[in-house]
Amino acid sequence: MIGSIAALGAGLAVIGAGIGVGQIGGKAVEGIARQPEAASKIQTAMIIAAALVEGVALFGVVVSFLGLGN
Amino acid sequence: MYKSSILKSKIFTLLSKCAVFLMLTAFSQTALAQEQHTEHAEKAEAGTEEKFNVSETILEHIGDSHSLHVLGNTHIALPVIVYTDKGLEIFSSAHLEGHGEGHEAVVYNGANYNYAIEKNKIVVVNQEGAVDEAATKTLYDFSITKNVVSMWMSIIILAIIFFSVSAAYRKNAGKAPKGLQSFMEPIILFVRDEIARPNIGYKYARYMPLLLTIFFFIWVNNLIGLVPFFPGGANLTGNIAVTLVLSVITLIVVNLGANKHYWAHIFVPHSVPKVLWPLWWVIELVGIFSRPFALMIRLFANITAGHIIVLSLISLIFVFKSLAIAPVSVAFVVFMDVLELLVAALQAFIFTLLTALFIGSAIEEPHHDAHH
Repeated sequence: MIGSIAALGAGLAVIGAGIGVGQIGGKAVEGIARQPEAASKIQTAMIIAAALVEGVALFGVVVSFLGLGN
Repeated sequence: MYKSSILKSKIFTLLSKCAVFLMLTAFSQTALAQEQHTEHAEKAEAGTEEKFNVSETILEHIGDSHSLHVLGNTHIALPVIVYTDKGLEIFSSAHLEGHGEGHEAVVYNGANYNYAIEKNKIVVVNQEGAVDEAATKTLYDFSITKNVVSMWMSIIILAIIFFSVSAAYRKNAGKAPKGLQSFMEPIILFVRDEIARPNIGYKYARYMPLLLTIFFFIWVNNLIGLVPFFPGGANLTGNIAVTLVLSVITLIVVNLGANKHYWAHIFVPHSVPKVLWPLWWVIELVGIFSRPFALMIRLFANITAGHIIVLSLISLIFVFKSLAIAPVSVAFVVFMDVLELLVAALQAFIFTLLTALFIGSAIEEPHHDAHH
């Protein structure tokens, strides 16, 4: 098999990150469309939530790093 | 512009003289390293051309190293400081490093043991060159490595910036800020008004030094890591030991500064039926450690992932062995580096924000609800 299972694991983790951050971005944009005055607050909340969701996805990437050498 | 007191102080001149001295002693060993390399380069040309190993190059660049790579083949060898059970040993890593692929371990005969580098760690080897596991376990490695030098450099940068700014505040008391002071003021106020005050409450002033230190230390080190040439490029915040220490600091500050209500909520939660208390204790105790653990992994993984992406895109040029792919590769790398600038600031902000959040949850006064 070309490549390694570790890379597959990292790819699966990234699917989760993509879905999560996509949802966050979509809801944030909807919120801004509904109430443009709250745009900067919504943007701050979106960035914070995106960083947290990415943190979880990066747990998966880190675990796949651990599996790299084997 | 106002010359701050730090630049005139005796300690600064003393430190800069020490730095110059260290640089001179380090360079005196560089000649030895270069000799080894030219010998080896001849051997390599005589043999077959070795394939460019992408993952090895990437891992070498994001990891720590016992020498500073300046330009091309020039390396500055850094001191190896090893505390063995027979005493302290200090020697230049030029005795140990072979630069170039396929170099077998060079053994250095120290006063107490013989040392070699294996997978970037100092190990003890016996006469035949085999690794002596038991003796290696007794080693404490305090070497000055690339990451340590980078950290000292960022500390000096931070000290210069912030001592200048505080001296300017003292001089401009009551007047409008000028120069560097007016550049740092909005950022410091941002940390106070967006991070500290909303999350910690009215006691935020006690924690401002910690939050400012964490924010600027992480941000400056992330930025230095993005610079591709000497003296930048050391992946300090992508070193899990460094992020571990930062998160341990958060753990200690949060749990030692916590008030009774915080511990009461963990051990004696009133809104949970008593049957479930043991489960609650397990969950909450794991939670105490998992939150700083997440901080550590988040910072480490974000920064290291950014470096790996940039290094992979540059390695494309070497994998395809053609210059035609260089414009595409460099364009992608520039785009990724701009994104990494955002990530550098964002990760510093998130780490500081979450630290402030945890501190706030540890020191908040309970609201008096109906069921308490």
